[in-house]
Amino acid sequence: GISYGQRNPEFGADEKLTPEEDVTTYNNFYEFGTGKEDPARYGGDMRLQPWKVKVDGEVLRPQEFDLDDLLKLAALEERVYRMRCVEGWSMVIPWNGYPLSALLKAVEPTGNAKYVEFITDMQPDAMPGLRSRIIDWPYLEGLRLDEAMNPLTLLVFGVYGKALPVANGAPVRVAIPWKYGFKSGKSIVHIRLTEKQPETSWVRIAPHEYGFYANVNPDVPHPRWSQATERRIGSGGLFAPRLPTQMFNGYGEQVASLYSGMDLSRYY
Amino acid sequence: MISVLMFFACLYPVFLWVGLGLTGGLTANPPEYLIRSSGEWALVALCVVLLATPLSRYARISVLLKHRRMLGLFAYFYSILHLLGWAFWEQGFGLEAMWLDVVTRWFITVGVVAFVLLTPLALTSTYGWMRRLGRNWKRLHYGIYPAIGLSIWHFWLVRAGKNDFFEVWIYLAVVFLLCLPRIIQLRHHK
Repeated sequence: GISYGQRNPEFGADEKLTPEEDVTTYNNFYEFGTGKEDPARYGGDMRLQPWKVKVDGEVLRPQEFDLDDLLKLAALEERVYRMRCVEGWSMVIPWNGYPLSALLKAVEPTGNAKYVEFITDMQPDAMPGLRSRIIDWPYLEGLRLDEAMNPLTLLVFGVYGKALPVANGAPVRVAIPWKYGFKSGKSIVHIRLTEKQPETSWVRIAPHEYGFYANVNPDVPHPRWSQATERRIGSGGLFAPRLPTQMFNGYGEQVASLYSGMDLSRYY
Repeated sequence: MISVLMFFACLYPVFLWVGLGLTGGLTANPPEYLIRSSGEWALVALCVVLLATPLSRYARISVLLKHRRMLGLFAYFYSILHLLGWAFWEQGFGLEAMWLDVVTRWFITVGVVAFVLLTPLALTSTYGWMRRLGRNWKRLHYGIYPAIGLSIWHFWLVRAGKNDFFEVWIYLAVVFLLCLPRIIQLRHHK
């Protein structure tokens, strides 16, 4: 089998991991239903081979990568990231992958490239959630190019040292630890570099609730709940107190400079 | 004997939660599961209360009507658990945070108003209060209708973010069906 890389001690060495069972069975992946258990329960029919990822748009070398080629593009490593869901819960997850910048550099973005769009696969016969019209499928997410190039932004192939389960976005996804979880597109089949800001799924559904940036920010409440605290999944049982949420989910040192001069209550 | 059975049947959600708790079935996020589940069971109990009269009148089954007070008090019991779950797991019993939530968030406001409306109904559920209030007792207890309406509105607002209204429509349809004979009857009385 594939080796998913050694733990990089620079990331999250002092964190207590969320149990693997919780990480892989408590997920938002609406292609399989809106229930948190739906992705693990109904993901079994998804076709994962062959898997190709098309990378095109404002790039000099548009390419379609086989998953195997993508896995060989850079050295895999394990990083422990905090994951903060916009719904007010969080996990600590060991992801296996490499920085997305390695892939983006390989396709050589043009001078016009300002944004990166992630497009999730659609498999109607394997994804019962596609029948609902909650989202105008496929699921679209996106980043500004400098966010996508940030060394924290990870292209992820595994979790807990094993290939990603369907529920976590098999076979390839991104992890952007300073943003709310929904920004991290799953089961990616297409990455498009664009000049204009992409129209992402949740911004389309409820622009007053979900912004394009979606940086973790305890000072900007969601219209229906405060974002000041979070519940850490799998720690301490029924009486564990909520934890204070950190600005940029605690990754401000690496990413705050991306937003200098921006009013983050406006660009939420 | 029937009332003992009824009492334990009404405790079914509590047994269910304990059973799930012992078998690790409360999901990875037990507080959220319990908050949602208690809210839904409160709504279910309110619907069962509404079922009592039509079931007795049209199907001649009077068991619910005879125990309607118990059913109503259980509806209030699950509402209290729902409220306590929010107060403890979402707000850590912080009074300022709770107050802020109530005044700044519509779905919380609507839910709290529904709870407040149910409170005098629960408090006046004894025979003593029925006697003291006389005809006004019945008028007061019509408060269950706005309370159910607000509960469903609260549920709708909770689901609004995900545009996921399937269950909300089901409850709305059930409540509408249960109210239909009452609406027809009201028109006959005119």
